[in-house]
Amino acid sequence: MSDIKFTIDGKACKAKEGQSIVEAAKANGVYIPVLCHFEGLKPAGTCRICTVKVGGRFMAGCTTPVAEGMIVENMTPEIEDMRKAIIEMLFVEGNHMCPTCEKSGNCELQALGYRYQMLVPRFPYLWPVREVIADTPRLYLDRNRCVQCLRCVRDIVTADGKHVFAVTNRGDKTLITIDTKLAAKLSDEMALKAMNQCPVGCILRKEVGYKIPVGQRKFDSKPIGSEIEGR
Amino acid sequence: MGRKITIEPVTRVEGHGKVTIQLDDAGNVTQSRLHIVEFRGFEKFVQGRPYWEAPVLVQRLCGICPVSHHLAAAKALDVIVGAGTGDGLTPVGEKMRRLMHYAQMFQSHALHFFHLASPDLLFGFDGDPATRNVIGVALLHKELAVQGVMMRKFGQELILATAGKKIHGTGAIPGGINKNLSIAERDKFLKGPDPLNADKMVEWAQGALDFFKGFHAKNKDYIDNFAVFPSAHLSLVRKDGAMDLYHGVIRCVDADGKKIINDVDYQNYYKIIGEEVKNWSYMKFPYIRKLGMDKGWYTVGPLARLNTCDFIPTPLAQKEFEIYKAYTKGKPNHMSMHMHYARLIELLHSAEVIRDLLNDKDLQKDNLVTKGKKKKEGVGLVEAPRGTLFHHYRINDLDQIEMGNLIVSTTNNNIPMNNAVNYVAKANFTGQKEITEGMMNKVEMAIRAYDPCLSCATHALGQMPLEVSLVDSDGNLLDQKRK
Repeated sequence: MSDIKFTIDGKACKAKEGQSIVEAAKANGVYIPVLCHFEGLKPAGTCRICTVKVGGRFMAGCTTPVAEGMIVENMTPEIEDMRKAIIEMLFVEGNHMCPTCEKSGNCELQALGYRYQMLVPRFPYLWPVREVIADTPRLYLDRNRCVQCLRCVRDIVTADGKHVFAVTNRGDKTLITIDTKLAAKLSDEMALKAMNQCPVGCILRKEVGYKIPVGQRKFDSKPIGSEIEGR
Repeated sequence: MGRKITIEPVTRVEGHGKVTIQLDDAGNVTQSRLHIVEFRGFEKFVQGRPYWEAPVLVQRLCGICPVSHHLAAAKALDVIVGAGTGDGLTPVGEKMRRLMHYAQMFQSHALHFFHLASPDLLFGFDGDPATRNVIGVALLHKELAVQGVMMRKFGQELILATAGKKIHGTGAIPGGINKNLSIAERDKFLKGPDPLNADKMVEWAQGALDFFKGFHAKNKDYIDNFAVFPSAHLSLVRKDGAMDLYHGVIRCVDADGKKIINDVDYQNYYKIIGEEVKNWSYMKFPYIRKLGMDKGWYTVGPLARLNTCDFIPTPLAQKEFEIYKAYTKGKPNHMSMHMHYARLIELLHSAEVIRDLLNDKDLQKDNLVTKGKKKKEGVGLVEAPRGTLFHHYRINDLDQIEMGNLIVSTTNNNIPMNNAVNYVAKANFTGQKEITEGMMNKVEMAIRAYDPCLSCATHALGQMPLEVSLVDSDGNLLDQKRK
C-alpha cells in the first residue's frame, strides 16, 4: 500500500493508511499536543487539545484519519490560542495545586501550561468541591485534579477484564470514580500503570510520592513535545 | 493623658506583625504586645491529604526555612513508616538530610546577620533609615555584603544538590531521601573555585564571628544591656549533651541553668509542652506543663541552644563556645543581643559540619530508603535556624492525615519576644511625648534579635506599611510616623 501524502502547516508529510492526524504528525516529526490520547488506546477525542483545522473546519487530530492530499493547519495563532484556552479551562475547572502535587514535573497538563506560557488564566476559577477517594489499598484518587481524559476508564482492567474506573454524573458534575473492590484486586504493576498513564496527579499509587528527585522528572529538562520535534 | 503607640508592621523580620504600647496618663508603659496579624492555617488544610505529601506541602508555609519544615515533617513520617525515631535511617539517608539541614542553617544565619541585623550594628539603632539597611551595607561595607550574599548562595546551592530545589525541594521522603550526592556535586562544594567552597565558608564564618566580637569589645554597654531578662531555654541536644541541630532529646534549663526538662524523648513532647491561645494574636503560646502557663514559658533559638548544650562537636565552634561561656562564667546567657553572637557561633559550626559531611563517603551510597512496621502517629523535631520546631501527625487507616500539630520555632518565642518588647518599651517610651524613629527601631531590634519568622508561626499573605500612631485616651491622633 502506498503512503498517503498530506501537509501540515505546509510541510510535506507521509502517512500510512488508517493513521490519525496526531499519529501521522508524530511520525513526521510534527508535534500536536494531546492530553486524553494515549498511545495504544483507542482515541476518545474528549479533551480537544489536539484540535487542528482541515479544509477550514476544526477537527480532533486524534480521531480524524489522514486522507490523501489533506491540508492540515496546526501551529497557527488561532489554533494555538484555542489550545491555550482549553488548558486554562482545565486548570480553572479543577483544583490544581502544582507546588505540592507529587505529579509535578511529570504532569502533562502542567507541561502544557508551561509550553503554552500560561501565566494567569483568562477564566475565573470555579473551585469545585470534589471528594478524594482513599479507601483502596494501593491507589489514592484525588478528583480535584482530574481532567476527564478517560485514559483510566479505557485502559485499567482487572485480570478478568473488568473495568476498574468509570464516569458518574453528567456535564460539569462529571466525576471519575473507582470500583474499590475491583481496585483492591489490582496488582502492584497495574496500580503503577494506572498512575503512570494518568496525565495529571489524579490517580496516585500510594506511598511512592516524590521518589523521583527534582531534575530527573520527565519534563524537568525537556519541554513536552520536544521528543517529537527534536527528531 | 493615656496613649497607645502602634508599630505596624515590624520590619526586617520574616512575616508580618505589629507592636502596640499602651501608656498611662503619667507616661508609664502599662502594656506592650507583639501581635501576629497573619494567619496560615496549615494544621487545618493538611487534614485529609495523603501522609507522604506532608513534607512537601507543609514546607510551603515558609520561603525562608522550608528545609526545616520539610525535614521535621519527614522525621515525623519516618516514625509512621516504621523507620525509627531518628536513628533508623540508612547512613546516606540521614547524612543527606543532615547536609541539607546544616546548609539551611548556614544560609539562614548568614541571611539574618548580614542582611537583617548588621545594619543596626554598622549604622547604630538611630542611624539614618535611608542607609540603615542591606543596601547601605552594600554601599559602605562592600566586602561584608558580598560575603553575606556568597555565603547564602553556597548554602542555597547545597540545598539544591540535596533537596532538588533551592526553595521547596522534595529530597526528604518518608523513611529516607530520594537522591544521594554525586562525586561531581560533592567536588563542586569541596573544591569549587573561591569563594564557593567549604574551606572559604569556614574562613568567612569565622570572619563574621570575629567582626561581631570586635564590635562587642567596643560596644559592651550597647550589646550587654539591651533587653536583658531571665528566661528558661529549651532545645534539642544530642544524647551526650552535644549541640545537634538535626536530632536529639529535649532539654530545658531554667534561668540559673538547672535542667527542668532532662533529655526527654520528643515523641512524648505533648506530655511536657502545652499550648494556649489568646484573642489578640494568631500565634499560640506554648508552655511547660508542669510549670503552668504563667511560669512555664521558655526561649528557643541560638541563645537557647548555647545555654542548653554541654559542648559543640566541631573544633573551631567549640573553641568559640568556650570563650562565649566564659563571658557569663558558665551561667545561662540572657542578653538578647548575644543572640547574634550565638547565631554566628552556629554559623561557624554549620560550616564545619558541612565540610565534614562533604568528606563522608556515605553520601555516595545507594540505599536511600528504609521502612518497617507502619504506625498511626509520629512526631518529628529539628532545631530550625530560629529554634526548636515540632511537627506531629496522626493518620487514619486510609493513609490520610487526620491530625497535624505544629509548634513553630517563633511560636515558642512568643512570650520571650513580648517580654523583650515590654522591656525595651519601658526603657525607652516611659515619659516620652514624641516618637522618634530610633525609639521605634529599638523595639524592632528586640524582636529582630530572635530572627522571628512570623508567617511560619501562625500558619498570610500581603504587605502592610509601617505606621506608628500616637493616640490620646480619647482617641485623638497626637503624632504619626510612617515608613
